Amino acid sequence: MKSLAELAAIREKMKDKIVLREGTNDIRIVVGMATCGIAAGARPVLSAFVEGVSREGLGDQVTVSQTGCIGICQYEPVVEVYQPGKEKVTYVKMTAEKAEKVLAEHIKGGKVVAEYTYPAKNA
Amino acid sequence: MKELSLNILDVAENSVKAKASRIQISLQETQETLTLIIADNGCGMKPDILAGVIDPFYTTRTTRKVGLGVPLLKMAAEQTGGEMRIESYHESDYPDRHGTVVTAVFYKNHIDFTPLGDVISTVTTLIQGSPEIDFVFSHTSDTLDVSLNTEEMREILGEEVPLNTPEVLQWIAESLREQYGNLL
Repeated sequence: MKSLAELAAIREKMKDKIVLREGTNDIRIVVGMATCGIAAGARPVLSAFVEGVSREGLGDQVTVSQTGCIGICQYEPVVEVYQPGKEKVTYVKMTAEKAEKVLAEHIKGGKVVAEYTYPAKNA
Repeated sequence: MKELSLNILDVAENSVKAKASRIQISLQETQETLTLIIADNGCGMKPDILAGVIDPFYTTRTTRKVGLGVPLLKMAAEQTGGEMRIESYHESDYPDRHGTVVTAVFYKNHIDFTPLGDVISTVTTLIQGSPEIDFVFSHTSDTLDVSLNTEEMREILGEEVPLNTPEVLQWIAESLREQYGNLL
């Protein structure tokens, strides 16, 4: 049985980290979690990003958050990546596997995974 | 929705939008039924608004005029021979006990019963998205007694460690997984 004492240990461990984290988050990954997104499979996509960011130790630079309906329900699950000084990138029809690729190539590697993006320029 | 746990996630998001500070999600099973209760202390709805939410063409959104969360839950319950009801108390009429309670009853043995699915992910997703809200989750049956209360967790974690810290989310998932054992 997981004990609440383990939470106290997490609290101790986090003490030093917290100061560092303030204001250093510069990439924002936003997952659409309205009815349309959830029905299309957004929950595992969000989990993949949350777990991936933690696993890769990117927590200081990357925030994963949820939003409502972005307005392109037919392309859900939709993920938006915001980075200061760069144009917003919109990924469509995402899956947990695609999320892993976006994490590795775009978030870590700095190269947008063009094949998963919304064809905004033609819309 | 492929899993009932996705309906739960979707409808609980309404409580988040109603600015609830506490959301209670309870699942109670008997041999034949599964009763889902989602109760919040959010702003609540006035009777005229409440009458509209079960209509698929009602939504608070202004960009489009269709909202499907509640109607989808209602359909999932009714297709098993069960039912869904909503009680709501608007803050202007009930300043001391405002909020909304959604209750859905499902007949588990009906062929159109949607499996509960990954309810642990639903709980962690809700907490990840709204770490400032207190979630009280429970799932009980003859063989199950699963519970999670973020109020208790918050007392130990203090204010400086938010509930959506990855280590904390992982603890939540592991704690629930242990409580479910091999029964999920």
